[in-house]
Amino acid sequence: MNIVVIFNVVQLIIGSDIYMKTIRVCIGSSCHLKGAYEVVQGFQQLIKENKLDNDVEVKASFCHGECAKGVSVKINDSSIFSVNKDSVNSFFNKYIVKDRV
Amino acid sequence: MNLKVFENDIQLIKYEVLREVIKLAIKGTLKKESKNLFKVLIPGPKARTRCCIHKERAIIGERLKIIMGGDKRNKNVVEVISIACDECPIQRFTVTEACRGCLTHKCVQACPVGAIHSINRRSYIDANKCIECGKCREVCPYNAISDVKRPCIRACNAGALSIDEDKKAVIDNEKCIQCGACVYQCPFGAIMDKSSVVDVTKLLMEAKEDKTKHVYAIVAPAISSQFTYAKIGQVVSGIKQLGFKDVIEVALGADMVAHNETKEFLENIEELKAMTSSCCPAFVSYIKKHYPELGKYVSNTVSPMIAISKLIKNTDPLAKVVFIGPCTAKKMEIKEADIKGITDYAMTFEELQAMLDAFEINLEECEEFPLNNASFYGRIFARAGGLTEAVKHLVESENTSTEFTPISCDGIIECDKALKLLKYNRSNGNFIEGMACNGGCIGGPASLNHGPKDKKEVDKYGKLALEKDVSDSLRVIKVEKIDLHRGKDFMNK
Repeated sequence: MNIVVIFNVVQLIIGSDIYMKTIRVCIGSSCHLKGAYEVVQGFQQLIKENKLDNDVEVKASFCHGECAKGVSVKINDSSIFSVNKDSVNSFFNKYIVKDRV
Repeated sequence: MNLKVFENDIQLIKYEVLREVIKLAIKGTLKKESKNLFKVLIPGPKARTRCCIHKERAIIGERLKIIMGGDKRNKNVVEVISIACDECPIQRFTVTEACRGCLTHKCVQACPVGAIHSINRRSYIDANKCIECGKCREVCPYNAISDVKRPCIRACNAGALSIDEDKKAVIDNEKCIQCGACVYQCPFGAIMDKSSVVDVTKLLMEAKEDKTKHVYAIVAPAISSQFTYAKIGQVVSGIKQLGFKDVIEVALGADMVAHNETKEFLENIEELKAMTSSCCPAFVSYIKKHYPELGKYVSNTVSPMIAISKLIKNTDPLAKVVFIGPCTAKKMEIKEADIKGITDYAMTFEELQAMLDAFEINLEECEEFPLNNASFYGRIFARAGGLTEAVKHLVESENTSTEFTPISCDGIIECDKALKLLKYNRSNGNFIEGMACNGGCIGGPASLNHGPKDKKEVDKYGKLALEKDVSDSLRVIKVEKIDLHRGKDFMNK
């Protein structure tokens, strides 16, 4: 709890480009063809719905190097997760929502 | 590798030199072994194409220098190889064997400077006196006098090519727009563009060991008409195997440019009255050097190459970007003061072919890998009229009352006509799309093949894009966060 409070205070002071979680979705050609844009938009929607705009951001990136796992998704510096537009919800709940203290 | 890929000996020789240089760069022994390359390439004992083996080897030596960076005192990307340039008749008018030694000698009477004489019933032109007015040719009843302009001079539509007192071609850097027409047209390959293949190879070798070096390849949409013996997917796969982290189509940058330029047009056209495109660097250079007073009409939007490079570096701060296309002018664009360092290197498709072979990558054996991020509209930038079609589509979707009356200029001559009209306030349109190469980028000088380019092929490839509209391909990209403006004074020299 303390860490969350400190973070929020720090964010208020420095003004906020510090996110606790950055979701990087690969939009390279291979992942794009597997629905990466829908995954990005899915995450954007879920962030809004869960009012996590100040804590979570989703960014596009290019090839993570594991095209077979498309759509490739990373959270901060994690290893690569495989997500598709049908698993966006459950993935978000598991790793973003439930992961908050 | 299928050698039928090459159109002529010049392309073949250039390819061989590039390939051998890259091979040495891979081994890391370029400095040591490059001085022996001329023997590897021209083993002899007979000359391959020229009068003697020593001349061939000397010319190869000059090509090697240009490939490894060229004359550093000459800022131009395009250089003349003087010793390769000795072969062209500089005399524009010659009396051919069709001359029948007629009794009227109309040619002799027509010449204003007495440069043509009749000797033994045949006419001869004294080159030292001839002023190239062409009157002799006009009056000859047998059409026996030929008019042959030196190919390089004929190719240059920027008036940058001239002949010096030693009869060698000379490029005037003040007028040259780096379009590469002379590079392509010289039948002796005496004009060449400088290369960065050594630097790119070194970068790729470093990236293999050092995972903090992320090198991206961005490929021009003209790729659709390049490799005739392999599918685009195989080419993409081959490029990845060279060591690039990802291969991205410049057409996505073209979508960004179409979006931005349309916005710019709608915001400024009422005040400005006319606007020109800015994605063809040779066209922009042509305006800068030949119509500087029209600089204010040039769009402030960066080119698709710069736009996609910015996007990549925005997503990956460790990125280095290498452009691959049919263009020589891009090699100059990446060094422009206001955008220097955004795209790190520019390569051509010719150089790519040499690199693939130096790295021993056989495209025909590669599995296909997709290249698909852009929309149809971004991809059609590769042909003349493509940009216009994209902007027209976007303007129409805006439902404004602003009139969009485009003029699409195919080649520098048409560009010049449109610019002249604009200069004298008699332009027929308010948006000028300028493409320096005939046909647009697909007609670029460093293309692997220059056959009759079917513009339909570009559109066919465009329709294969997953995203149908510009707004579709850009929907996950925060375009507002990327600054797509040129520097304030980019049109000043």
